[in-house]
Amino acid sequence: MIEEQPVAGPYTHARTSISRTMGLVLLALLPATLYSLYLFGWPAIFLFGTTVLAALVFEAGSLRLAGKRVRPFLLDGSALLTGWLLAMTLPPWAPWWIGLVGAFLAIVIGKQVFGGIGQNLFNPAMVARVALLISFPLEMTLFNAPVPLFSAQAPGFLDSLAITFGQSNQLDAVSSATTLGHLKTELGRGVTLDTASGGVESLWQLTLGEASGSLGETSALLLLLGGLFLIYKRIITWHIPLAMLGSLALLATIFHLIDPQSYVGPLTHLLSGAAILGAFFIATDLVTSPVSIRGQLLFGAGVGLLVYAIRTWAGYPEGVAFAVMLMNACTPLIDHYLKPRIYGRDRKGEPLNYADERGEA
Amino acid sequence: MGAENLIKLFKIRGGVHPDDRKQLSAGQAIEALPMPPLLHIPLQQHIGAPAEPLVRRGELVKKGQRLARSQGAISAPVHAPTSGRIMGVGGYPAHHPSGLSVRTITLKPDGKDEWTDRLDPVYAPFSLAAEEIAQRVADAGIVGMGGATFPSAVKLNLRKRYALHTLVINGAECEPYLTCDDRLMREKPAEILEGVRLMARALGVARILVAIEDNKPQAQAAMRDAAKPFAEVSIVGLPTRYPMGSEKHLVQTLIGKETPARGLTADMGVVVHNVATAMAVHDALYLGRPLISRVMTVTGGAIRQPRNLHVPLGTPLSHLIDFCGGFKEEPAQLISGGPMMGQPLPSTRVPAVKGSNGLLALTAGESESAEEMPCIRCASCVQACPCGLVPLEMAAHIRAGGLDNSVKLGLLDCIACGSCSYACPSHIPLVHYFNFAKGELAARQRSQHKQGETKRLAEARSERMEAIKRAKREAMMKRKKEMEAKKRAQEEAKAAPEASDKPTADSGVEA
Ligand code: SF4
Ligand code: SF4
Repeated sequence: MIEEQPVAGPYTHARTSISRTMGLVLLALLPATLYSLYLFGWPAIFLFGTTVLAALVFEAGSLRLAGKRVRPFLLDGSALLTGWLLAMTLPPWAPWWIGLVGAFLAIVIGKQVFGGIGQNLFNPAMVARVALLISFPLEMTLFNAPVPLFSAQAPGFLDSLAITFGQSNQLDAVSSATTLGHLKTELGRGVTLDTASGGVESLWQLTLGEASGSLGETSALLLLLGGLFLIYKRIITWHIPLAMLGSLALLATIFHLIDPQSYVGPLTHLLSGAAILGAFFIATDLVTSPVSIRGQLLFGAGVGLLVYAIRTWAGYPEGVAFAVMLMNACTPLIDHYLKPRIYGRDRKGEPLNYADERGEA
Repeated sequence: MGAENLIKLFKIRGGVHPDDRKQLSAGQAIEALPMPPLLHIPLQQHIGAPAEPLVRRGELVKKGQRLARSQGAISAPVHAPTSGRIMGVGGYPAHHPSGLSVRTITLKPDGKDEWTDRLDPVYAPFSLAAEEIAQRVADAGIVGMGGATFPSAVKLNLRKRYALHTLVINGAECEPYLTCDDRLMREKPAEILEGVRLMARALGVARILVAIEDNKPQAQAAMRDAAKPFAEVSIVGLPTRYPMGSEKHLVQTLIGKETPARGLTADMGVVVHNVATAMAVHDALYLGRPLISRVMTVTGGAIRQPRNLHVPLGTPLSHLIDFCGGFKEEPAQLISGGPMMGQPLPSTRVPAVKGSNGLLALTAGESESAEEMPCIRCASCVQACPCGLVPLEMAAHIRAGGLDNSVKLGLLDCIACGSCSYACPSHIPLVHYFNFAKGELAARQRSQHKQGETKRLAEARSERMEAIKRAKREAMMKRKKEMEAKKRAQEEAKAAPEASDKPTADSGVEA
C-alpha cells in the first residue's frame, strides 16, 4: 500500500487576491469620497491626503520594524483602505495633525501591534476614531456645513492651507452641528422634536449629502450604491448591512411610534450619521466580523441595536464607531458558538439519522 | 419517458464555479490509442487488497486473460490488455504523487492483439440473477471509474444490507478540463444505458436517475434520446457547479437529503455509479470483456493537441502525450485527474490505470498560482465549503499543531474538494493542510495500533513467562514430591525411577 501523501491542490484558482478585494472596496468608496471632497472643498482634500499618506507611511515603517517584507503587504491595499475609511469619519476641516495622529492610532496601535493584517481584533479605523474622539473632543466634533469647491463661500486654496495646516479661526465662523448632534442637544434642553427639527436639514438633503458632518456621513445615496456594488461583486454579503440597518430602523420605528416627540424617526437614523457607511464599509470589515452567515446576522443586529442605544441614551450623538468596536470584541465568541452546520450532521454535530426510513434487509 | 427534468432539484450549500476549460477537448471524438511497446500493469488499481499474480515471467498471454486474481472481499482482478509475453512481475513507479514502486506486471505486446477464447458473453443478460450480474462484474475487474476505484461489485451487493430504491448515474463530470465522460455519453449512449439498467437489476431498484451537468447539452440530448424506450430512466440536468459530482452532494441535489456523517448514500436507499463504469458493465456482460482499457482526456494548455483517448490500461503516460503531439511548452504541472482534486504526477513513465480519467499538462499561467498571504478572515472559504466547515479555523489549528482541535471542527467531514483553496484570496493552501492533517491522523492511528499491538504482545509474553515460572515451580514441587515418593518407594520396594518431566510439557508453553 502507498502511504497517503499531502499534496497541494487545486491546480486552478479563482481570480482573487487581497489587493483585488481591497481595490474593489476602494472603488466602491470612490464616488461618495469624490463627491464629499467636492462638497467640503480644499481643506477636506488636504486632510484626506494627509491621513491616507500617513497611514501608508506608518504601515511601511511598522512592516520594516517587524522585519516583514514591505512591498507585498503595502501593495495589498489594506493600509490605504484603513487610512481612507478613517479620513471619511473625521470632520472635514479638522487640522492636519488629527489625520496624522489618527493614522498612527489606526495602523500602529489598531493593526500592527496585533500582528498585522488579519490579526486585529478591532476595526483599525474605528480604534483611531474612538481614541481621537476621547482625546480631542473639541476638534472631533466641530463640523461645518458643506461649501462646495469653487462656490462663493468656499475658502480659496491658500485659506484652505491655513485651515488644515495653520492656526485659523475661520472654522468657528462656519461651524454647524450635525443633524443628530443638533437634535440631541435640543432634546436635551427639553425642546420637542417638532420644534427642534426646524433648524435641521431635510431628509432629502441628508440623502444627497448636503448636510454638515464628516466626509463619509454625508452622502448616504452614493455610499449605498457603493455598498450594493460590493454585494454584487461578492466582496461582502448582504447579511451584516441588512441586519444592522434593519435592527436600527426597527428600534427607531418602535420608539418613534411610542413617542414621536422625543424619539427621532427611522429615516433620520438611517440617513444621517455614519449609518450607511458603517453598515456597508465598516461593520462588514472582513477581518473583524464573524465568518458564518448566522454569526454575521447576529453581529449586524448587535451593531444596529448598539448604534440606536448609544445615539438615543448615551452621551454621543453618533454611535457607529463604539457599536462596531463593541461587536468586534464579541466576534471571537460569535465565531465560536455560531458555526455553520456540518454536512451530514445536525446542529449538535451528531450524524443525521434516517433510521425510521432505513430498512435493514 | 426519460424526458425533461421531471424531478425537483434541491440546493446544496457552497461550491464554486471554476472556469471549466472543457472546450479544449470536448470537440474531439474518442480515438483509440495505438498499443505501446510495453505495458506496465499494476496489481493494485483499486481500493482494497492488491491482486495476486497468476502469471510468471516468460509466459504468453492472450488479450483479456486474467493476470492476477482478486484477493479478499474488497479487491479486483487484473486482466491482460492485449496478447503478448510477460516480461516480469516486479516493482514499477506507481500512478501516484509519491512515484513509489509498486508490484507491477510488465507485458510486451506481440502485436496480434488476440482475444482469449475464454470470453463468456451473455446473450440475454437481463435473464441473469442479481448475484450472477454482480459476480460477472467482479470477475471483470470493474472498479469505480470516476476516480474512486472502489470495486463496483461490492457496491452492487449493497442490496443485501440496505433497502435500495434508486440508482444514480454520475455524469456530472464537474472537474474542469475533463471531457471523457461527456464524449462517452455522446458516442455510446445506448451501451451506457444497457450497463446502467443491468446495474439497476443487480441492485434491485426500479428508479434510475442519470445526472448530467447543464454544460454538456449534447451528452444530455444523446442520453435522452437513448433513454426514450425506458420508463424507469430519467435524464436529469444539473446546475453547473463544483463539486456537483461529489457523490454525497449529487444525491442531495437529487433527493434533498444529506448523507449522514460517516454513512453511505445507501443509508437513504441510493447507490451512485459512474458513466464509464456503466459502459464497462455493458462490455463485461454483453461481450464478456474484462476491464482492460478506458477513456481518458489528455488536455491542458501545454498539450499540443488535446484529445480523448481510448487507452489500454498499463500504457505509460508519455505514450499518450506523444500521441497528442507532445508539449507546446514545458508544462508547469502534470496532473492525473482534474485540476481541483487531481494529483501531481511524479513522471510521465507511470502507467494509465483503471481510475485515470485525465492527464493534464498545465502551463504556469493556467494554474493562477500566487504567493501565500496571511488570512484576512474574508469568509470566502466558509462560503465555498460544500460541507459547512470553517476552513480558516481548521487550518489555523493544524498550523499550530492542534490536530485534535481540527478534528473537533470537522476535519474528518472534509471531502478534500478544494473549493476553499480555490476561493481563498490569500492563496492559502487550505486543502494541503487538511490532507496533511488527515495523513498525520492516519499515521498516528497506525502507530497507536502498533503500540497497542506491542503492548499486547509484551503482556502476552510476560504472562507466558509467568506461566512458565509457575509451571516450573509446580513441576519442581511435583518432582520433589515424586522424589520423596520415589525415595519412599525405593526404600520400600527399591524399584526403578520413572520419567518426571511430563508436567512441564503440559503447561502449554510455546516459544
Ligand atoms: S478564504 Fe482564505 S483569507 Fe479568506 S477567510 Fe478563508 S483562509 Fe482566510
Ligand atoms: S476541501 Fe474540505 S474544507 Fe475545503 S471546501 Fe472542500 S470540504 Fe470544505
